[in-house]
Amino acid sequence: MIRIENLVKSFGPKRAVDGVSFNVERGEVLGFLGPNGAGKSTTMRMITGFIPPTEGKVAVGGYDVTESPLEAKRLIGYLPEAAPAYPDMTVHGFLAFAADMRGLAGDAKHKAIARVVELCFLDSVLHQGIDTLSKGYKHRTCLAQALIHDPEVLVLDEPTDGLDPNQKHEVRNLIRELGRTKAVVFSTHILEEVDAACTRAIIIDRGRIVANGTPAELRGMSDLAGAVTVSGQGVSAEKLVPLGRVEVADGAYRVFPADKAAAGDLAREVAALATREGWRLEALRTEEGQLDEVFRRITLPDTVKK
Amino acid sequence: MISAWKTVRTIARRELTSYFTSPVAYVFLVIFLLLTGFFTFTAGGFFERGEASLASFFGWHPWLYLVLVPAVGMRLWSEERRSGTLELLLTMPVTNWQAILGKFLASWAFLAIALALTFPVIVTVNLLGDPDNGAIATGYFGSLLLAGAYLAVACMTSAMTRNQVVAFILGVVICLFLILCGFNPVTELLARWASPAVVDTVAAFSVIPHFDGFQKGVIDSRDLFYFLSVIGFALFATGVILRNHRAG
Repeated sequence: MIRIENLVKSFGPKRAVDGVSFNVERGEVLGFLGPNGAGKSTTMRMITGFIPPTEGKVAVGGYDVTESPLEAKRLIGYLPEAAPAYPDMTVHGFLAFAADMRGLAGDAKHKAIARVVELCFLDSVLHQGIDTLSKGYKHRTCLAQALIHDPEVLVLDEPTDGLDPNQKHEVRNLIRELGRTKAVVFSTHILEEVDAACTRAIIIDRGRIVANGTPAELRGMSDLAGAVTVSGQGVSAEKLVPLGRVEVADGAYRVFPADKAAAGDLAREVAALATREGWRLEALRTEEGQLDEVFRRITLPDTVKK
Repeated sequence: MISAWKTVRTIARRELTSYFTSPVAYVFLVIFLLLTGFFTFTAGGFFERGEASLASFFGWHPWLYLVLVPAVGMRLWSEERRSGTLELLLTMPVTNWQAILGKFLASWAFLAIALALTFPVIVTVNLLGDPDNGAIATGYFGSLLLAGAYLAVACMTSAMTRNQVVAFILGVVICLFLILCGFNPVTELLARWASPAVVDTVAAFSVIPHFDGFQKGVIDSRDLFYFLSVIGFALFATGVILRNHRAG
């Protein structure tokens, strides 16, 4: 549904987005990760046609966003960063305006408003002025606007920003649910959201894509991935050393395999060793790797890494 | 084409409603009506003139609008830029033109409402004497065009900045230029270093002579063309400014 080819955006001499390419198909939820200022919002603004790309192409549903903006925009629901909404309108008035702009009328319009009000839990504030709403409600009002025409493509810039933990949970579930039938791109810097909602994630840094894969694949890039953590009475580092490099962490021993691909065997070997040595094990597990470690490793400037 | 017009209407309706849901509209209407009353009857010497006409009413409009119209137009784009709703609006299926036209027509309609609320002066002048109501009608028409021209300028300056005060001041200055460029002191100043052709050209930009015709009951196609082209040019410039702003 979304095809991006070699997208570049320059602001003066600075290349905010520098040769980004990716596709998002229907049924996919793409998490867009990156440190602040990495070019996430700029990329999303180019997808939605708010700013024109300096170079490269964006096509949504087969329509080039620069050449046929209206056709492309009709397919997109967009939640901009900071979730802007007209403060002088009521929630209902604002959603009615969004419905009108999307060409909905009569019964279809009423149904669409009722649907998004239910999806985004706006019932209790429906006739309240937007300027009187708390940040969470304001955010969901803008999200409701993005969903009003049941778009095939959803572009959500930090959809869980400013929400409380319960609301974050609801919104993540909503995104995952919507992702079954739509193409969804959402940006975040909360890494747990990638696990909670994404089928695929892209990490972008200084305008370039530095990682692209499923959450499991990204975790696999972690140094920790495949390591076996073992703790219990009698466990000794000396006996573990032949299996791989050993570190002590929080009273437990962590064995790093020489070969990541053979990680499953390592756990079995440690278990066998424990039986032979008569250790009374309290815990034995294979680490999946941590996204935040991967994220830090690939997005920190080289100077900080060393 | 029909759906394009519908989009313009949707935007215009939202904009016009937003005037009336904030105190802006009511403050503006009260001040506008008080000032027109004051200028017409006190400063304009409506009664002292001893003639059944609204010359004292319309004569003040270029000056009154100078301050009030930029105040109505200053928020049109600045506000959208400041609050980020510009991004929301322009990523909906609209063209720049529909958005500009919709917003302009809404605030023009608001000014038309304000102007319509001055109807008591028509009643008064008709009770006191036997005025040329045709001239009053063309006077109102000219006044509305004048307001539209100022408004288009304010719309343009509003698109330039996210700061409403800056938009207001720039709007007033440009509108002031449109008034003053035909005045003798200004043309004489220009004549010192510019050729007569240039002076005439600059003087032709002045709103006053174009506005005067309407008060006399004449709708001259050149005057009409003048106002419509000021509106057209300023709205076109708005489009260019918005496009450049987005291109970054």
